[in-house]
Amino acid sequence: MLHSRKLILAHFWLAFIAFGAALLLGAWQMFVRSPLSGWISNPEWYYRSLTAHGTVMGYVFPTLVAMGFGYAITESSLKQNLIGRRWAWAGFLLILMGSVVAMVPVSMGLASVLYTFYPPMIGNPLYYIGVVLVVVGSWIWVGLMSINLRIWKKAHPGEAVPLAMFANVAGSYLWAWTAVGAALELLLQIIPVSLGLKSTIDAGLARVFFSWTLHAIVYFWLMPTYIAYYTIVPRAIGGRLYSDTMGRISFILFLVVAMPIGIHHAFADPQVGAGFKFIHSAFTALVALPTLLTVFTICASVEIAARLRGGRGPFGWVTALPWKNPIMLAVAFSFVMLGFGGAGGLINMSYQLDTTIHNTQWITGHFHLIFGGAIVIMYFAIAYDLWPHLTGRSLGSEWLMRTQLWLWFIGMIITTFPWHYVGILGMPRRMAFFDYTSPALQPEALSVAISAFGGFILVISGFLFLAILYRGQFGERNEPGSYSFAQALHMPQKVPAALNGYALWVALMIGLTVTNYGYPILQLALRNDTSVPAVYVGVQ
Amino acid sequence: MADTHKHGQDIAVRTERNWAFVAILIIVGLAGMAAFAGIHQATMPQAVVETIDPTRLHLGGEFVEANLGSAVEADGSVTVRAIGQQYSFTPACILVPAQTPVTIRATSADVVHGLLVQGTNINTMLVPGYVSVQSATFKAPGEHLMPCQEFCSVGHEGMWGKVKVVSKDEFLSAMSNKKRVSCAP
Repeated sequence: MLHSRKLILAHFWLAFIAFGAALLLGAWQMFVRSPLSGWISNPEWYYRSLTAHGTVMGYVFPTLVAMGFGYAITESSLKQNLIGRRWAWAGFLLILMGSVVAMVPVSMGLASVLYTFYPPMIGNPLYYIGVVLVVVGSWIWVGLMSINLRIWKKAHPGEAVPLAMFANVAGSYLWAWTAVGAALELLLQIIPVSLGLKSTIDAGLARVFFSWTLHAIVYFWLMPTYIAYYTIVPRAIGGRLYSDTMGRISFILFLVVAMPIGIHHAFADPQVGAGFKFIHSAFTALVALPTLLTVFTICASVEIAARLRGGRGPFGWVTALPWKNPIMLAVAFSFVMLGFGGAGGLINMSYQLDTTIHNTQWITGHFHLIFGGAIVIMYFAIAYDLWPHLTGRSLGSEWLMRTQLWLWFIGMIITTFPWHYVGILGMPRRMAFFDYTSPALQPEALSVAISAFGGFILVISGFLFLAILYRGQFGERNEPGSYSFAQALHMPQKVPAALNGYALWVALMIGLTVTNYGYPILQLALRNDTSVPAVYVGVQ
Repeated sequence: MADTHKHGQDIAVRTERNWAFVAILIIVGLAGMAAFAGIHQATMPQAVVETIDPTRLHLGGEFVEANLGSAVEADGSVTVRAIGQQYSFTPACILVPAQTPVTIRATSADVVHGLLVQGTNINTMLVPGYVSVQSATFKAPGEHLMPCQEFCSVGHEGMWGKVKVVSKDEFLSAMSNKKRVSCAP
């Protein structure tokens, strides 16, 4: 059994309760802007809700999942008790406090600026300070992951770091560095203006800083999912991981190339020149590489499991897979959504195609499919897999879990496919109301209504998930044994130093950030003609 | 036994390497396509960063009110100047001729807005302090909605403009005796 069970459970419960609340807000938003609902009497409620939904789903929920999972990986893969557990609790409390501090002004309508901040709009300072507390809390986790690994390495000189821990620490470093962009934006630009120390702000520079965070944060959300692909799935379905080395290479590639590509979010922005947009576009193509490698390795690993179970033929083995196993189901759904979402992502990354769908509902559809779909469905799988080891009780019926996963998959497809379609028609994002009686908007009405219906299915699935975990707290007592990760087909005898540590790769990550962001940032920071007056929101 | 293990590992590594090679080809191909389209078809983002003081737009320079709307240049192309502000565009209806190169120059007077013309590739951010430039040619006469595509505070859902595309002749007759033209009421 894991040693820090209470700590890990606290992280997961806070994450999933916050997720449930934000899920309800999301579904309400889908409903209220669809033709199923009448004219919203106060559009400000919509933007308030949208700010809360984005802040919780973007900053609080995935961060807590990565942290809780990270502590579990540390104890189970390194086979040592977590060092610095008090610090870990301090980090957890900072996140809890930060979430409350941020959500109070948001719920009062004093900070309806969305989780992407959008200066020169400026909201109540407590909102930004709350977000900073959440990030600081997560940085404690980054420090702990690094310290725990270092102590293990000292005690085990020359041994290969287990893949799960190797990936986990890579993810923590990626998060530490990518959060710096938004931190600079908040600390140097937004918070001073919000506190009234300054009254002007460079909106263009703020957008560049935010893009530094905005793309790689997605890969931070993705890390627990990829760790589950490599180290949980093959074990859970009775197979072997095809290649340990390719896993390490993929995680290193994420660490290095997830960072210097964020300006593709600013393709349509006037404050960045064409040259750097092209460089970031090309690097964005590169970040598809670790995903292509992963898809191959995981499909091969799954095939090994099928053949061990007697599967035959070039494709016939698929039927031999343990489809009744919730983890098998989750990874299959996750891959389907990753496929569609990834194809959409390739469209977004090319400047020419992006102009058709930039900032339309297509983009919202895209990241809900990738994050809400491919990534979050594996968070469910991680929770199901880990829960008996945290509670010491069996989790109950697999049938309920399969139903929950099916509902999430179906709900996400019904929500996001019409969402993509109306985006192509040019429907803009983040609007509280659409006048569907206008002949130009009428073709969008049916799709938006279908999409809202998908949102309701997601709510049912989300609450079913919470109910399964809750019931699991009171299930039959059961000693689940030690928590383990997948064995590779050919366990590496010796791993080269470059694939067992991070020094070179962290240096490359920082170096590439400097080359790809240094000039666009300095060019704007050194000009004195780009600051504009702040527009305070929520003041009567 | 050790030999079969080694043999299996060799096959695994070879297969994996072949796939990595295919994956790299895909990536290089995609980046190459984007570069080709950018250079060959001249579909590139604006090359130069231009700045402007949003607090002085109404006092002078190219975005004073009398200068907004569509203008015909010496080479026959059309330049459209527009402003986004909470929660409307000026002009609220943009008039352009079909089959004529059009350059849109726009900026924001307050917060970040976006300018998207439905049914076209015109889609740009309006960031206060900077001028956005985009070129386009409208194929046929017709009307397009032009929503603000970026959240700009509580009235965002009401910020919709319009683009009216007319034939060249119709546009020139609307232009007669005027320096700037629009279809705003």
